[in-house]
Amino acid sequence: MELNIWRFASPQVIYPIAGRMVPVFMALAALFTLAGLYIAFFVAPTDFQQGESYRIIFIHVPAAWMSMLIYLVMAFWCAVGMIMNTRLSFMMALALAPTGAFMTFIALWTGALWGKPTWGTWWVWDARLTSELILLFLYVGFMSLHAAIDDVRRADRAAGLLALVGVVNVPIIYFSVQWWNTLHQGASVSLTRAPSMASTMLAGMLVMTIAAWMYGIAMSLMRLRTIVLEREADSDWVQELFASPACGAKA
Amino acid sequence: MNPAHEGRAGLAAVFVSVVQRDLLLAVRRRADVLTSFFFFIIVVSLFPLGVGPEPNTLREIAPGVVWVAALLASMLALQRLLASDYADGTLEQLALSAQPLTLLVLAKILAHWLVTGIPLVLIAPLLGLQFDLPVEGLVAMTAGLLLGTPVLSLVGAIGAALTLGVRGAGGLVALLVLPLYIPVLIFGAGAVSAAVSGQSVEGHMSLLAAFLLFSLAAAPWASAAAIRIAVE
Repeated sequence: MELNIWRFASPQVIYPIAGRMVPVFMALAALFTLAGLYIAFFVAPTDFQQGESYRIIFIHVPAAWMSMLIYLVMAFWCAVGMIMNTRLSFMMALALAPTGAFMTFIALWTGALWGKPTWGTWWVWDARLTSELILLFLYVGFMSLHAAIDDVRRADRAAGLLALVGVVNVPIIYFSVQWWNTLHQGASVSLTRAPSMASTMLAGMLVMTIAAWMYGIAMSLMRLRTIVLEREADSDWVQELFASPACGAKA
Repeated sequence: MNPAHEGRAGLAAVFVSVVQRDLLLAVRRRADVLTSFFFFIIVVSLFPLGVGPEPNTLREIAPGVVWVAALLASMLALQRLLASDYADGTLEQLALSAQPLTLLVLAKILAHWLVTGIPLVLIAPLLGLQFDLPVEGLVAMTAGLLLGTPVLSLVGAIGAALTLGVRGAGGLVALLVLPLYIPVLIFGAGAVSAAVSGQSVEGHMSLLAAFLLFSLAAAPWASAAAIRIAVE
């Protein structure tokens, strides 16, 4: 029997599936977080230059990677929504945005916490820090534009277009900021680490990245479920779901 | 005359008439145009008052100050690019017309730049003098603004179109558009700094020109798509 993937574009179909996936991804996130933190605190050696303070890298780098990946995924769903005219794609993009903004914020926050003991300052106008800050602005812009438009269909499409404009601009902004930084004689501190990184450090970072990834999926799916319910509140299947004695718990 | 040729002539005529119409409207509502112009001058004038009149400091901050003020003034002017046409239904008629909306939007952006961008370019050297910029710096600033302000109008048009008829459009447009202005700011202000310190500005100017060409190709198209979303 041929599998019809278009079936999964229906909010009604995806709602219970997402409901079953959320606990799985939450469990995976918890598992990988525990494993990652164990490696981070007990297995990975102390850095000979930065001492113990470098260990924040295990939160910082996964958050920074996820912040960029989620923006790309968000823009991808917006593109799918604009091309295929599928409602669920826009719901997915909307569900991803707060998690992406959250990851960006974590990356900036932990970066500041890491910068203080390492460089002696909370913030430098380094290319990567600056472009991460601009990424946060792009997320906030996406969410604000969506929130400001009452008509859901229009809000979806307008915010979707903005995400696509943003994704085209991200490389331009990134390289501009990088060249700007080198033009300004470079910062006195460099983010470049010592080239040889202990393999356990790398392993810890990768495990934490998987944890962040799983967490991101779980959170987005949870948010997707509430968005689906909100938008489909008048439909028969949602009415039925909440009319049952279990009050939606069975899904 | 064959039909294809006639069609092309029609397109050019429509383009010119949209530009003429917007320029005429701007002339009739002079106060609107002057607002962003004086906003630019006032913002630049505030910095010496805040930072202090020390000439060395002023020379140092002049490129950034003038460019940031240009960004803000250009953003402020975006309110008038499409909003009144949206309110009175003109934009809907343009979207319904047989001519490609992308081209009509480009005509509107061109007219908008002529009345809001050009005055900034012309007054900038005078403001530069107030900051004690040397002649090389003034030349680089004017040339940079000439290349950069159309980019601001083009990219800003996307933000203006996305926020048509939206609650709190003024603040929102800043949030959407200013991050996208950053590359222009970096290389515009960078060109002036480079010129003042005696370096070549060719790289900066080339990049500004590249931004202009890229936004000329992509921004009217994205703005037209955003307008269609708004008037749908």
